[in-house]
Amino acid sequence: MTAVTTQPKPRKSLWARHKIFETHSIVLILGILIVVSIGGLIEIAPLFYLQSTIEKVSGMRPYTPLELAGRAIYVREGCYNCHSQMIRPLRDEVERYGHFSLAAESMYDKPFQWGSKRTGPDLARVGGKYSDEWQLRHLINPRSLVPQSIMPGYPFLAHTALRYTDIATEMRVNRASGVPYSDEMIANAESDLRTQTDPDSSTATAFAARYPKAESRKFNGSTKDLTEADALIAYLQMLGTLVDFKLYDNKANLR
Amino acid sequence: MASESEKPAVDAVTGTATTGHEWDGIQELNTPLPRWWLWTLYLTIVWSIGYWIVYPAWPLISSHTTGVLNYSSRAEVGQELVKLAALRTTQAAGLANASLTEIKASPDLQRIALARGKAAFGDNCAPCHGGAATGAAGFPNLIDDEWIWGGKLDDIQKTILHGIRWEQNPETRVGNMPAFGRTGMLKRDEISQAVEYVRSIAGLDVDKAVDLGKGKEVFAANCASCHGEGGKGNQELGAPDLTDAIWLYGSSRQAMTEGLINGRGGIMPAWSARLDPVTIKALTVYVHGLGGGQ
Repeated sequence: MTAVTTQPKPRKSLWARHKIFETHSIVLILGILIVVSIGGLIEIAPLFYLQSTIEKVSGMRPYTPLELAGRAIYVREGCYNCHSQMIRPLRDEVERYGHFSLAAESMYDKPFQWGSKRTGPDLARVGGKYSDEWQLRHLINPRSLVPQSIMPGYPFLAHTALRYTDIATEMRVNRASGVPYSDEMIANAESDLRTQTDPDSSTATAFAARYPKAESRKFNGSTKDLTEADALIAYLQMLGTLVDFKLYDNKANLR
Repeated sequence: MASESEKPAVDAVTGTATTGHEWDGIQELNTPLPRWWLWTLYLTIVWSIGYWIVYPAWPLISSHTTGVLNYSSRAEVGQELVKLAALRTTQAAGLANASLTEIKASPDLQRIALARGKAAFGDNCAPCHGGAATGAAGFPNLIDDEWIWGGKLDDIQKTILHGIRWEQNPETRVGNMPAFGRTGMLKRDEISQAVEYVRSIAGLDVDKAVDLGKGKEVFAANCASCHGEGGKGNQELGAPDLTDAIWLYGSSRQAMTEGLINGRGGIMPAWSARLDPVTIKALTVYVHGLGGGQ
């Protein structure tokens, strides 16, 4: 035993060293984590520091409280399962839906609603394409207007009162993740939400100053109550309308 | 655990060499991946290196590698749209410069306008007016010859360009059916009388118990200013003809009463911001040609 061990061992090839991974599950798990995080570091992390990720645009603002409440209903009802909000830079999509979507247009979406499947049409620029009445009747019974539609009806939205006591909290959560809601916006959240459905209200000017380009009217015209349909239609009617494409420099943002 | 042996043993049952690994007396047969599979894998790795060189690939400190082709999907769609616009200019030569009546008069221009109008109609107008342009309650039928805001080429174009009661557009068409009932302008029995009078001039069945004379007075005092003395309507104000058989919201007593109580005011978006002028021309000719154009 003594004579043999003094002999220098032949150097093991690197390829033969995988035994440590195969025989120690903790080492294997650590190895997997390191390899996967290299992928994440290279593919995801740069998007957070590269200036070119989000285009410089004019017109983007955080959602109004009513739009934010409508967005929550959009998410709750799973609209994203059938509708995308992402016009790809392809000729036919631009022809049908309008200017392709910009990263800047979903920078205040937590989380984004790009979707991954189009059973129904893309909604990224549906704002202002139809009237409120159309949106309402289409939500109540899509087939009353589009006979071949396979979208389910959401008639309850039109008469379900909107619960919005937690809207300020929701805005605070959004702010924590980077949406620039000011203290003033959060303090006036509930009043702003009501104001958007009542353009004659005394707080309308202050509301319009806080949220430029926000449209104020009774979105669910068929009832005086503030319903979930008011919020959802307010959200749908602003989709894709904020960025001013007259001021947008297409050439500076090629990628 | 046994140490790796220098010379892997051969498995007696299969005749295949083992890897030399052994755990608790279990050995592993050495059956490597097929060569063709491995080479395909290596080839894809080599291919990816070529991809890094040609296309945008690696993030850098302040930007990213752009690749030797300088490819950009956004630039590509921009070029395709320019090409499309050029193709349309040649195919639809004259459509941009011709007036609506000239397009209507020239079979060639009209053919192009109809094809293009049909495509644009399906994308933008069909959700409200229906795929066959037959409309729905509250959304007018476009194939009949009754026009709320006018059925001449220019009227149709104006409606498409500026919309109806579309507040964001300063030139939009405006005209409102007031909420006679809700605002207290008319009492409930006056509304019933007006409804029965309108039914009588429209040739619909009339409730004989209601005094039509009083209905006529209510009509003359409240409705005639927009709908005309005889109820023939006024396209300047978007007041529909009440004497024909076409009813936007239905001809039931309930629908008519509802209109008088709550008012009406359907909204059509303005399309001047969303569609280009040539497409709007094509749409105008298409809608005009659906059957009711004047």
